[in-house]
Amino acid sequence: MTAYSIGIEILQILILLLAAPAFTGWVRTVKCRMQGRTYAGICQPYRNIVKLFAKEVILAENASWIFRSTPYIVFGVTVLIGAIIPFISVDLPFAATADVIALVMLFAIIRFFTALAGMDIGTAFGGMGSSREMTISSLAEPAMLMAVFTVSLAVNSTSLTHMVNVIGHGEFILRPSLAFAVLAFIMVHLAETGRVPVDNPATHLELTMVHEAMILEYSGRHLALIEWAGMMKLFLFSVLGLSIFCPWGIAASGDPAGLFVALLLLTLKLAVLGVVVVLIETGLAKMRFFRLTEFLGVAFLLATLGMLSFFILE
Amino acid sequence: MSMSFAAQVNSVMAALILLTSFGLLVQRRILGLIHLFAWQGLFLCISTAIVGYITGMHHLFISSLMTLSFKVILLPYILYILVRKLDIRRESETLVNIPRTMMIGIALVIFSYHLTAPVTQLSTMVTKSTLAVALATVMLGLLMMVTRRHAVTQIIGFLAMENGLFFAATSATYGMPMVVELGVALDLLIAAFIFGIFFFHISTTFDSLDVEQMAKLKEED
Amino acid sequence: MCIMKVIVMNSFDIAILSVFLMLSPVLVSPCCARYRNLNITLSFSLTAAAAFAAVVAGILSVHTGITTSAVLQMGLPDLPFHLRLDPLAGFFLCVIGLLALFVSIYSIGYVKGFAANRSVVRFVIFYSLFIVGMLLVVLADDAFFFLVAWELMASSSYFLVMYEDEKKENRRAAYLYLVVAHVGALAILLSFGVMAGLSDGFESFQGYTFDSMRATHYPVGWATAAFFLAFFGFAAKAGVIPLHIWLPEAHPVAPSNVSALMSGVMLKTSIYGIVRITFDFLKDYPWWWGGIVLALGLTSAVLGVLYALMQHDLKRLLAYHSVENIGIILIGLGLSMIFTAYHFPALAALAMMAALYHTLNHAMFKGLLFMGAGAVLHATDERNMEEMGGLIHRMPWTACLFLIGCVSIAALPPFNGFVSEWLTFQAFLLTPALHRPILGLLIPIGAALLALTGALAAACFVKAFGVTFLGHWRGHSSLQKVHEVDWHMRSGMLLAALTCFLLGIFPTVVIRWMDVLTERLVGGSIGTASGSFDWLRLSPIAPERASYSGFSVFIALLFVVLVAWFFLHVKKTTVRRVPIWDCGFEKINARMQYTATSFSMPIRRIFGFIFQIREETLAVEPVRHPAYPEKLQYRLRVRDRFRYWLYEPINAGAYYVARKVGLLQQGRIQVYLIYSFVTIIVLLVFL
Repeated sequence: MTAYSIGIEILQILILLLAAPAFTGWVRTVKCRMQGRTYAGICQPYRNIVKLFAKEVILAENASWIFRSTPYIVFGVTVLIGAIIPFISVDLPFAATADVIALVMLFAIIRFFTALAGMDIGTAFGGMGSSREMTISSLAEPAMLMAVFTVSLAVNSTSLTHMVNVIGHGEFILRPSLAFAVLAFIMVHLAETGRVPVDNPATHLELTMVHEAMILEYSGRHLALIEWAGMMKLFLFSVLGLSIFCPWGIAASGDPAGLFVALLLLTLKLAVLGVVVVLIETGLAKMRFFRLTEFLGVAFLLATLGMLSFFILE
Repeated sequence: MSMSFAAQVNSVMAALILLTSFGLLVQRRILGLIHLFAWQGLFLCISTAIVGYITGMHHLFISSLMTLSFKVILLPYILYILVRKLDIRRESETLVNIPRTMMIGIALVIFSYHLTAPVTQLSTMVTKSTLAVALATVMLGLLMMVTRRHAVTQIIGFLAMENGLFFAATSATYGMPMVVELGVALDLLIAAFIFGIFFFHISTTFDSLDVEQMAKLKEED
Repeated sequence: MCIMKVIVMNSFDIAILSVFLMLSPVLVSPCCARYRNLNITLSFSLTAAAAFAAVVAGILSVHTGITTSAVLQMGLPDLPFHLRLDPLAGFFLCVIGLLALFVSIYSIGYVKGFAANRSVVRFVIFYSLFIVGMLLVVLADDAFFFLVAWELMASSSYFLVMYEDEKKENRRAAYLYLVVAHVGALAILLSFGVMAGLSDGFESFQGYTFDSMRATHYPVGWATAAFFLAFFGFAAKAGVIPLHIWLPEAHPVAPSNVSALMSGVMLKTSIYGIVRITFDFLKDYPWWWGGIVLALGLTSAVLGVLYALMQHDLKRLLAYHSVENIGIILIGLGLSMIFTAYHFPALAALAMMAALYHTLNHAMFKGLLFMGAGAVLHATDERNMEEMGGLIHRMPWTACLFLIGCVSIAALPPFNGFVSEWLTFQAFLLTPALHRPILGLLIPIGAALLALTGALAAACFVKAFGVTFLGHWRGHSSLQKVHEVDWHMRSGMLLAALTCFLLGIFPTVVIRWMDVLTERLVGGSIGTASGSFDWLRLSPIAPERASYSGFSVFIALLFVVLVAWFFLHVKKTTVRRVPIWDCGFEKINARMQYTATSFSMPIRRIFGFIFQIREETLAVEPVRHPAYPEKLQYRLRVRDRFRYWLYEPINAGAYYVARKVGLLQQGRIQVYLIYSFVTIIVLLVFL
């Protein structure tokens, strides 16, 4: 635990806090361009969050302490996850706190408390959002785990720093198992971060809401924390995928000069990933809820194929 | 291109062939099926070319070219014309629902891997690991024929089986004798024409290409 | 050396002391039968003290790793009772004692309210006998004593389940429980018979001690028979699918503290039995035993949680979850058996550690959840979740502690459920080391099923907590009499919750304590296999392989939350309370909320093919126009398929055979005399 590594840790958390809204802004900008609308700029999410922090909190009469503490818990867990995933350098002292499986369960905490907050007020919207969110997650988790499992077979570990080291700094081998796993991961990414075709992030219509339904009653600084945490979650899922499947550029251990290259490449990779996400969102329509079994079933299938092709072909 | 890199690319092609076989199982729209079949043929032809490059057997290049012309260009084109003429627009329905089909597919892949494991251990060839994929492709083609109700999709399943067989030949024995390959290709072409004729007959008799309708031929009281 | 001797004497003696203390209420309680409150307080304090002694004995015995035996001159002549306290028994003593301690404290408050018009003495006597039975099962060192203690445990729990015997369904549930328990006991008896017979010959009686069973080397065929008989018997008691049918009937009708004990520790005695017989007696076995255990464990886990999701009775939901968690423990045991069969002791140790840790965890959080359910039942007189809601405002402590139980069972960091599930996943990920590709292909699909189970369990507990405690009160009765429970019940739950938390953030301490167990049972241990094994981080195999630190997660989370809260409350902030927004919809009422049934609807649709579901919606008369229904009646029936595939046919078959045999009973004296006459003639001919 040198001063350098603690510095990297702090730098990573700062990047997470400050750059996550920019990533969301980028995705929304590209989407607007693609749909032929005028856009509000990459900085609009920042303005939204600042505005929300300044507003008053309006709480329903029967909101309990769970409703009031969920924004803080969700925010805290998201920042904690950001401290664990190595996306600019391998030298991350906190990364040993949790491996990929623990990371998946940390995301599950966010989901659990948001679902409870949805049920707390006692409206039909909240219940519906919670019910659908838990169902989607129960279908997505096996797929996510199989994808993680496939990668861990290839690198013989579930620790993220080790994965980055082996894939990023080891020799370059074409692995079809990883190709399948990355396809499965993209599908799970869409499901977990609530993008089309699983959930429409820009809507307030009850038929198309999952995540929005659970946070419908929040306002003021609570809503600011939750929105910010949502943007950070999109950012974190994206960098998780990049760190596992495309880690070239992440600075090796004890290599300060590599940090600039790492930052540059990270920006580039995220920009490309944003465009890919928008292409998928614009090209597909939101699926009917009960078609999601097929969608996530295909994700599970791809991940299993990846694992099978590891044994068969490698 | 080094030898080991070429072998890796061959593995990637094998994986993509497996992916397209699953895609054929899952895809509902008929035009999508035809496109997937064309992609499968393309991956097959690239794989054959690579194996030809690695082993230095030049007749495999000729097989690869034949695969390209027949399975990537000619057969999909024939099927496309058929679909246009018969005015098929609906999705094809399945007998078993899609997640269950996928589970059975995975079980078949595991089974074919288990079956070819002894061969893989003893073989000294470059392509030893792709034999399991080839066998799996044959089985998945058969599964597709079993679980679909539309006649055109059953034909595509049959053709996918033949793809798998060809891939098995390439993996196990570095290709079949030229005469056999030419004969098989000619058979396929004739089969495609005959299928076309029969489709028109079935369509006019039953007013649909749903093979469940043929159950009317049972003649029970 | 002398100090060591003192400690050795102490742990076994403490265990015996705890057994005697636990028996004392049987004598004390009838004496103060007139003074109810004094009776309750005194008896349960005695059981709590006894449980505490058991915990101390268990901790000491595992810590020192020393085995002590004794022979009691009770029992039949020539067949005395043998007792033995070794680390495995000590671990289970600790589990039983810990939960019994918390439940006894809880019971002081609970029984006061619960046994309002009934006999307390009866309850106390059977309660102590039940726990004594469990303690003796774990301490027994021969087949005879084991079965006596097993029977004591089963019978006293039968009487406890049937405590409220005025209701017919309680009697029926208790009867079903008794039948299944005895079928299981019969199988265990047969298994012991096989093992005892083979160890010392079928003529002598001395083979019945566990020592002689341990020393024998069994031929594969007989070992398989003994294993599967024992497994069948213990699985019936543990509630493994398809022998689980009694569990969701018996656990809900029992008083809640008894349900907590049954679910928390009685099922664990079956696990103790399986571990003892497989790893201690039958040491050499083929891999497919482990495969079958793994498959059954996976089935129980997935089906258990799916059945739990369909329930709207809070205690039945918790009972089905016990089926799921027993499945997870069996998954760990199965993996351990497979690894042992292929001679990988370090990996087997990891899997076994996962299973044993989950045993401890489950006892804690399931006990906590049942105690919470008992508190809710006590306060509202309702077991049906569809009639509850909004209890968090009336019962804040219970809600908070129940939430801790829910978070633990959903396997979320930094609580304890996560640690055992993480260890199980790590054990799954080690299967490629087996170099058997077929196993390497099939077992990871088991890992995906375990992930599915975990996610479904989280969904189930969001439903259970959300529908019971959050939202508005859905019931028809008034909310006035609902109040928070007294401090005895709260302390019992608080202690259990605290243990869950501590087990979650200090797993390395517990695992280091338990390492001696895996060393004895499978010959490997986690501690020596890993590189860095400091108190902070758990790295079971090697740090670059995987690591988890519960303590750091907790501290970091606390830090970030406090910093965020501080930054946002630097200025004075206010919160305005207003009516619910609900997108501007005004006429909201409590019936518009999601109920338990509606919450699980998507999952019911997706996984419905597993159950027999019948759903119908009828318009209630009068119907003015079919297009505008005013009142609808919705009926949903979800049935367990196993009832119709397995139990009804066996039931019908048993009745058929009984009827045929009943023809022998003619009622006339002449017929019976003819029977005797024929028997005498046959005996004279053949002898």
